[in-house]
Order: sequence, then structure tokens, then C-alpha cells
Amino acid sequence: MLDDLTVGDVERIAALARLALTDKEKALYARQLTRILEYARLVGELDTREVLPTSSILNETPIERPDTVRPSLEREAALANAPDAASGLFRVPRMLGEA
Amino acid sequence: MTGRDIRDGVARRELSATEVCRSCLARVEQLDGTLRAFVTVDVDGALAAAAAIDNRPRTADRLPLAGIPVAIKDNLCTSGLRTTAGSRILERFVPPYDATVVSRLRAAGAVVIGKTNCDEFAMGSSTEHSAYGPSCNPWSHDRAPGGSSGGSAVAVSAGFVPLALGSDTGGSIRQPAAFCGVLGLKPTYGRVSRYGLIAFASSLDQVGPLSRTAFDAALALGVIAGADSSDATCSSRPVPRYEDALGGDVRGLRVGVPRAVLETGVDTEVLDAFEQGLDVLRQRGATVSDTALPHAKYGIPVYYLVATAEASANLARYDGVRYGSRVSAESLAGMYEQTRDAGFGAEVKRRIMLGTYALSAGYYDAYYGRAQQGRTLIRRDFEQAFAHVDVVALPTTPGAAFRLGERLDDPLQMYLADVFTVGAPLAGLPAISIPCGFTAGRLPVGLQLIGRSFDEGLLLRTADAFERDTGWWKSEPVL
Repeated sequence: MLDDLTVGDVERIAALARLALTDKEKALYARQLTRILEYARLVGELDTREVLPTSSILNETPIERPDTVRPSLEREAALANAPDAASGLFRVPRMLGEA
Repeated sequence: MTGRDIRDGVARRELSATEVCRSCLARVEQLDGTLRAFVTVDVDGALAAAAAIDNRPRTADRLPLAGIPVAIKDNLCTSGLRTTAGSRILERFVPPYDATVVSRLRAAGAVVIGKTNCDEFAMGSSTEHSAYGPSCNPWSHDRAPGGSSGGSAVAVSAGFVPLALGSDTGGSIRQPAAFCGVLGLKPTYGRVSRYGLIAFASSLDQVGPLSRTAFDAALALGVIAGADSSDATCSSRPVPRYEDALGGDVRGLRVGVPRAVLETGVDTEVLDAFEQGLDVLRQRGATVSDTALPHAKYGIPVYYLVATAEASANLARYDGVRYGSRVSAESLAGMYEQTRDAGFGAEVKRRIMLGTYALSAGYYDAYYGRAQQGRTLIRRDFEQAFAHVDVVALPTTPGAAFRLGERLDDPLQMYLADVFTVGAPLAGLPAISIPCGFTAGRLPVGLQLIGRSFDEGLLLRTADAFERDTGWWKSEPVL
């Protein structure tokens, strides 16, 4: 964990994050993320025994609303920003048969 | 004119909202080519909204924001008006609905002038990470206005509008407010609806006002705060009339200053202005004492681990399918990867990578898990401080506005600009930045006050009292 981030590490993270990085970006991020993580490791100093994690800062329980049907976006409006829409649907490249 | 002056004049029908709107648009036209506060100016929409105010029925005479021109950060959805969040990927995105805060402003009579520049997806402290180029600090054009709500701060500082909305995740309202010499308020987490705010880090994000006066911020907060059935994290706690709490009186107010935190490196001119600000409060009857925030030094790493982890999940939605730009490819995965690489800027990619790493198998416990525990400790620090003080005071930033370009190649240096502002959002607390002086080079300095949960009224009252004894809020840059 204390090692520098390699280009291989960056490729692994980029694949998880669905980013097709260029070689230049990979090298840059390996260097910059190494430095940022070095600093982030300060959290390792914390005495966290018996400290519960805070994932939400809500002061109260989330608000509920009545479970009633409300109008949603019209299909046309929902599709208006789509880069590729056809026949009332979002169109994407073929995905069946992919590895 | 302040927002209040405009509202009162329009309410009495002595002032035409259309005339106010026209003069505001003219000033933008004249000066924004240089300052670049706005990404999009909605001339037709603004004039139509202003005309509707002028032609309103008598029954609508008491609208709290009648005729006040407002600027909206470009990560808040505006129906029919392009919303880019400072990103290339949303260059042509036209939301089909208004964010709750925007619809509430409109219903209260505000006139939306346009959308302000910000760092891409609110990730940055300078607006330099906007795909549309940086805004300029009105006090010194070669300096950053701060960020991410830099455009909103510039719009208020340059006198384009008396009121703007920004969003704050780690300091994105308060830091640009300090850099541009205006007031900025980040409300308590849950005070204001996030519906229609383009998500960055959902456990931290909060919308709030930037203005010249505490009164205008109070008016705006009263309008945008309160329960919203579209945001389950938005509190149903009643919304007070914040402006009624403003009266200049802060006698007995207990101000805590975490002196040890200040030893971590603050510019001496910023520190001087901060100390003079504390004196102003003392003279009005407040007591100032030392307090401790023992875990403050972990604020930046905790914040950047939590915020980037949440961002990496939130930004998964930009996949080139439902909205945003797309780069075509043979396969679906290829389309996702090419779209995201082309659509996101360097800082957004860096943060997605950092967050993905912090959440990934084998690293989760050491980074994200630890950071969440650190967040608990930071929250407890404030709870302990608030046992004996009413507000915690810090300079908003460790230094005044830095030069454009100066920190662009050093992301960590850029992150450190947030050292005094990340605590409040990590603990969910409200915090305000108010102008408290200038450096010798005539750059504004901000005084930050952090309050207890839902104690925005006290922060605004203190800011209002401060305004009565100082002229900083009236200072205007020469443009």
C-alpha cells in the first residue's frame, strides 16, 4: 500500500472507472495520485478504535412522502437530451455477445 | 442597490423590475467579456420574468424577492436553459425541470439573469477547471476568483446582481466569497433541497446564497430553505424569517477561535484582517476565547477521500446514453470509456480515479473507511467546541486570491486552499464568510463563522452586526 502508484495501477483504476486514458494521462495520474495519496495517508495516524464511521450527516431520519402516483417526465422530454434516441428509446451500441 | 432596496422599490411600484433587469444586463454586456462570470446569459428569459413582475396582480405585491436579479451557478438545473456544470460533457444539456431552489426563487419574484461559471462539476477552488475557461477576480484580473462557485462570487462582486446562488461541498461558496469580497453562506446539511443540484458529493453538497449584505442572504435563505418532497435528506424543520433576527445585537455571543489550527500556516495579512474582525465583534459585546479542534489537520485528507469516493459513484451517470455528449464506438464499454475520457476534464478524471481507488477492494479500509471514521472525529470536535462557544471563527482561507495558473499543475496545493472550509461540511454545519478587510495589495479577506446545526439565524445576525461597524461590505472593485 505504501508503494508508488504504477501505470499498471492507473490502468486498473481507469478500467473500474470506465475511463479510456491516453498514455500521457496515465503517466501524469500515476505521478499526481501518488503524491495525493501520500498526503491522504495522514488518516492512517488517526486513533479510530471504537470510532463509528460517518457516512451521512443527517440530523434526523430521512423524510418520507406519501406513496402516491405523481406525473413523471413525458417520454419526449426524457429523450430530448439523449445523444442518440430512436423510436422512443435510447439507442446504444450492441452489447450482447460482448465479453 | 441591494436586493432589499430593489425588492422594496418594486413592491411599492416605484421601481420597474424591467428597468432594473435592463441595467443589470447592460452592465453584464459591458464588463463580462473580461470577467466571464457567466457561462450563459438569458436575456429574453430575464426580461420576460421582469415584465411578469411589473405586470403582477396586486395580490402578489409582497413577494419576498420581487424583481431582484439573481445569478445561478451552472450546476443547478434551470428548465429550458442550458446547464453545463462547467463540463464539456454537458455542453448542450437543457434540463427539463428547475432545481427546487430555482423554482422557489422564481416563485418569490426573483429574475434569473443567467448561469454562472464554475469548476467542472464543482470540483475546484479557482474556476480554472471549468471547460469554459476561468473567470477573473474583479479585484485583480490576473487572480482567481476562487471556486467552485467563482462565477457567482464575481457576479455579486462586480455589481452584476445583488444575489447569486452557489453550492458548497468543501468551501465552494465561502472561499470564492472571501476571494471576491462578498458574503457567502453554506447552510446546514439538509436545510436546503438538493433536488436539481448536479451531484458532486451527496453527503456534503449544499446550496446557499452569495450577496453583498446579510439581509439579502437572509431573504434568499428564507426562500430556498425548507422541506422538499423531492429530496429525502431535506429537513422538515420550520424555516424562520431570518431577516427578523437581524438587529445588530451580538452581546454575550461566545466566539471560539481554534488558535492551534491557525498555526498551520496563515498569511500574515490575512491573519491581521481576521484579528481586526474579531475586535469588531468584541466591541459589539461578543467574548472571544480559545477553543480546540484537535482533528482539524485531518480535514483535507478526510474531505478529499470522502468527496472523491462519492463523486466517483455520482459521475458514473455520465455514460453517453441518456444525456450529455457521446463518442461513438463499436462496443458499449468502448462508448462509455471514450465518452468519459473526451467529456471530462483533467481534474474531474483525477478525482474519479482517486475516489475509485479509495473505494476499491484492498484499499477501502485504509482510505475510505478511515476517512469516514475521521469524519466522526471531526464532527465530535465541533460538538465539544459548541459546549462552550456559540460560533467558531477562522479565516475563510489561509491566503488571499492566488494568481490564475499558479496552482494548476499542482493539485495538492489547490486542495490545501480548502483547509479552513472543509470542516463545516464534513460536520454538516452552517458556515458563513463575511468580508473583513484587505491585504496591502487590495485583495479581499474573509472572516468565517461556523455555527451549530440550523443556527443560520445567529450567523446572519452576527454578519449583520459586523456590517454595521465596518465598511468592507460596501467596497467595490474598480472596473
